[in-house]
Amino acid sequence: MPELAISVRDLTKVYGEQTAVSHATFDIPLGTVCGFVGPNGSGKTTTIRMLLGLISPTGGTGTVLGEDIRSPEEYLSRVGAMIEGPAFYPMLSGRENLKVLADLGGFSYSRVDSLLVKVGLGDRGGSKFKTYSLGMKQRLGIAAALLPDPQLLILDEPTNGLDPNGIQEIRELIKELADNGTSVFVSSHILSELEMISEYLVMLRKGKVIFTGRTQELLGRQKAITSIRPEYQVDLGKLTEIAQGFGYETQIENGAIQIPAGADLGATLNRAAFEAGITLSSISTQQPTLEETFFEMTEDK
Amino acid sequence: MLKVIKAELRKMKRPSLLYVNIGILSALSLLFTSLVFLRAGSSVGNHRRGSETIQTVASLGKFDGGYFTFSLMSLFLGLIALTVFASQSSNEYTYGTLRNLLVRQPSRMKLLGGKFLAMVIFTFLLVSFVAILNIGLSFAESTHLHISTTLWTSGKAVHAFLNLFGNTLLATVGYGLVGMALGIILKSPMSSISISLLWFMVLENILGAVLPSATKWLPGNAISGISAGGAKIFSYERALITSALYLLLFGGLATLLFKRRDVAS
Repeated sequence: MPELAISVRDLTKVYGEQTAVSHATFDIPLGTVCGFVGPNGSGKTTTIRMLLGLISPTGGTGTVLGEDIRSPEEYLSRVGAMIEGPAFYPMLSGRENLKVLADLGGFSYSRVDSLLVKVGLGDRGGSKFKTYSLGMKQRLGIAAALLPDPQLLILDEPTNGLDPNGIQEIRELIKELADNGTSVFVSSHILSELEMISEYLVMLRKGKVIFTGRTQELLGRQKAITSIRPEYQVDLGKLTEIAQGFGYETQIENGAIQIPAGADLGATLNRAAFEAGITLSSISTQQPTLEETFFEMTEDK
Repeated sequence: MLKVIKAELRKMKRPSLLYVNIGILSALSLLFTSLVFLRAGSSVGNHRRGSETIQTVASLGKFDGGYFTFSLMSLFLGLIALTVFASQSSNEYTYGTLRNLLVRQPSRMKLLGGKFLAMVIFTFLLVSFVAILNIGLSFAESTHLHISTTLWTSGKAVHAFLNLFGNTLLATVGYGLVGMALGIILKSPMSSISISLLWFMVLENILGAVLPSATKWLPGNAISGISAGGAKIFSYERALITSALYLLLFGGLATLLFKRRDVAS
């Protein structure tokens, strides 16, 4: 039994003179939900395609569920995947589309019906795929990915086109699968969602892995922002001087002083402000979100 | 492989593909049978080029009269097989469904082989349907003209029909294989169907007219030679060998591309 769901070393894909993925190296433990993030064109989908045997790596090695990615027939029966949006036959119904894949994989048709219900398409399974809304197509794609009752689920932007309820349902579904021991490797642009469900993260920028590890470890690297707001705006200047006197960098935004430091400075500044005759109307500390961290790490420097 | 065949046949039995093709072939069968039997022995002739009379009541009463109209259907069967094979293979690229298939069946050779065999089964059913329909219609028409059908069911007739059926099936699959190969190479149903139809229906005829010596090397003529069981310009054996060479070339290139090409869309 492998301990890693996915492991890649120096995985590289070059198209002509364009390097789509460059020496990607990361490990994803079994039984975890791992977020896969990066700006458009950073190489996420190319990496996923290499993991699924759809494209051949130019260099490097990798394993999925302990098997070499150059032999996808050894592991794909245990993997469910939705890559770059749902793709199905428009003239077939949702149910028939799933049955095509069930025929190919040797899965029972009863699983097709139960999955249609699970993803909320129980009453529309007989409708042609071309009549589906984007959200319904996405749900069918997720049902298709779940057909093999996968040990590893790879989802590329699973919440595209879904309404807030749909997004929440997918989040719950991923949590449920993870609780039952399924490893989930999911790319998404909705970073707040990933922050909620991902224990691990792999972050790409321009084809290179710029972070791999626990989500909390990434967020812990970034400084919290403490916001201090005086009761009277005229005190902003004096309060800024007090904060700078303690060695903090300051920035005034929307009538409050923003200080890149944790909550422990609150008491110190509150006391100093009180001694200077300044009343504070609020002190709040905010941990950086994954989205803020993402922008900071992936912006062009 | 059986799983792939089952999955492919599920896609091919969709009404828009199955019933449309059955409808077209039924209409053509009805048209040809009606024309052949109504104009048998016509004083104005029934040869396609004019006044010559090639089908008479007497000739339709011979052992091959029962399946004569079926023999006229081979080109249409071939063109339908070509469009079906081309669209079934290239649509996997345009719909993006090839990636789903490859995730569930990572062996590309098994997938390609299964797809081809499923299309051969589909073709066999279609050719069988057309044969049964044409023979049935011929029997029905024969009563109006009081044509004797005694020889139609003779051992010689059955043997000759089975030969014709086999050759028609082989030629139809040949046309289909060209469509399938072009579908995979070009990854577009529109391009693969239009280019192959343009070649078989127009360019080959022009080339044959301009350069008669090239006629016996053209793929369409070779495949037609199979269905006809040999022709003036092509012996049956030469038609088989020439077609096989073309199909090996196109099929080999398509197989190589299908096996090696990245699925990036």
